[in-house]
Amino acid sequence: MAGETYRRPRDDVHPPRDFPGYRSTALRHPRQALVLIPQTLSELTGPVYGHGSVSDADRDLTNRGHGEPLGERIIVEGRVTDEDGRPVRDSLVELWQANAAGRYAHRVDQHNAPLDPNFTGAGRAVTDDSGRYRFLTIKPGAYPWLNHANAWRPAHIHLSLWGPCFLTRLVTQMYFPGDPLLALDPIYNSVPDPRGRERLISAFDLSLTQPEFALGYRFDIVLRGRQATPMETHHG
Amino acid sequence: MAELTPFQTVGPFFAICLSEPGCAFIAGQNVVGRHLTIEGTVRDGAGAVVSDALVEIWQANAAGRYAHPDDHQPKALDSHFSGYGRAPTDAAGRFCVETVMPGRVPGPDDALQAPHLLLGILARGILTRLVTRVYFDEEPSTSEDPILALVPAERRSTLIAKRTGENEYRFDLVLQGDGETVFFDV
Repeated sequence: MAGETYRRPRDDVHPPRDFPGYRSTALRHPRQALVLIPQTLSELTGPVYGHGSVSDADRDLTNRGHGEPLGERIIVEGRVTDEDGRPVRDSLVELWQANAAGRYAHRVDQHNAPLDPNFTGAGRAVTDDSGRYRFLTIKPGAYPWLNHANAWRPAHIHLSLWGPCFLTRLVTQMYFPGDPLLALDPIYNSVPDPRGRERLISAFDLSLTQPEFALGYRFDIVLRGRQATPMETHHG
Repeated sequence: MAELTPFQTVGPFFAICLSEPGCAFIAGQNVVGRHLTIEGTVRDGAGAVVSDALVEIWQANAAGRYAHPDDHQPKALDSHFSGYGRAPTDAAGRFCVETVMPGRVPGPDDALQAPHLLLGILARGILTRLVTRVYFDEEPSTSEDPILALVPAERRSTLIAKRTGENEYRFDLVLQGDGETVFFDV
């Protein structure tokens, strides 16, 4: 039975639930304190995907239409590890993003920028034995939103991972180096620790870059790790 | 030690990747157990419905076994049941889950937990996932559940699905304010 529990994150790792700069948090955060509970078998297990349904084609977002999507081709690659550097193997990574013009293929997105019939903006990959994942996609555009006057989201790619159990769930956003919109973005700046914010910025990587084809960006992801000492709960 | 990657909001456009419209269909007809439907609405601190939330569900099978390699209990697995589902809310803020009643699983100090589902809630305006649990009324063990006992008595009802029919339950999520759902630090 699951014995080892998972470390609890420091308070400054994840964004606070109430972040006034991001207006939508105002009515969507609990006012009552979270109730601290021990990690039981329920939390120490979690969804295990049948990966048979994920093919290599799913991690290529440029192959969805009759032609190539418009925009700058990029390769996004990284390793998923736990806090002790152990690879998170055979784990589903889901990705979604706007197209090169900054428009999502979603009915709610009203931004007056063109849709691209050859770009859906969704992909899936499974990590290999070293925790590595890799996508081929298009660099997303920045887009306006209504959070405040003249508000623009920096270019970003959404990533969703489960890792080994319910507690390792992570939904995050990957940004691009040198983007002047980062300093102005409340969602990015909701991460309290400046070093944490830096971890959300991918690194341009010439070694990932394919000549005459696509720039490479590296984005490593760290999920919660187990703690060796002492157990919070006792299972039989 | 490697530092954790911070959470960011799932935003309003996750549906292009993470979910299909409709119920979280966790248990098909061939799954063993008492089949039931849970329906609910997600509301914000002004009482408005939240039409762009994603509710993720994790639960044990009818025998009280998780379909996960770290669950070594000598109980039967059900090959038709993964225990996992995703329910996006609709325009009226509603979500639904079609599943089976989970069995009891061990909790702290080997005390058995009452049947429950784990929920994770993601949405625009939720920067870091919210985690809660669904228990069931008319389930005798609910009153002795060791995790529910950690919740102030006057707030426990926010975690108990109300039976509305033979196999139908209602479980509303209130993100803020009067009747605010209890969320857990796990």
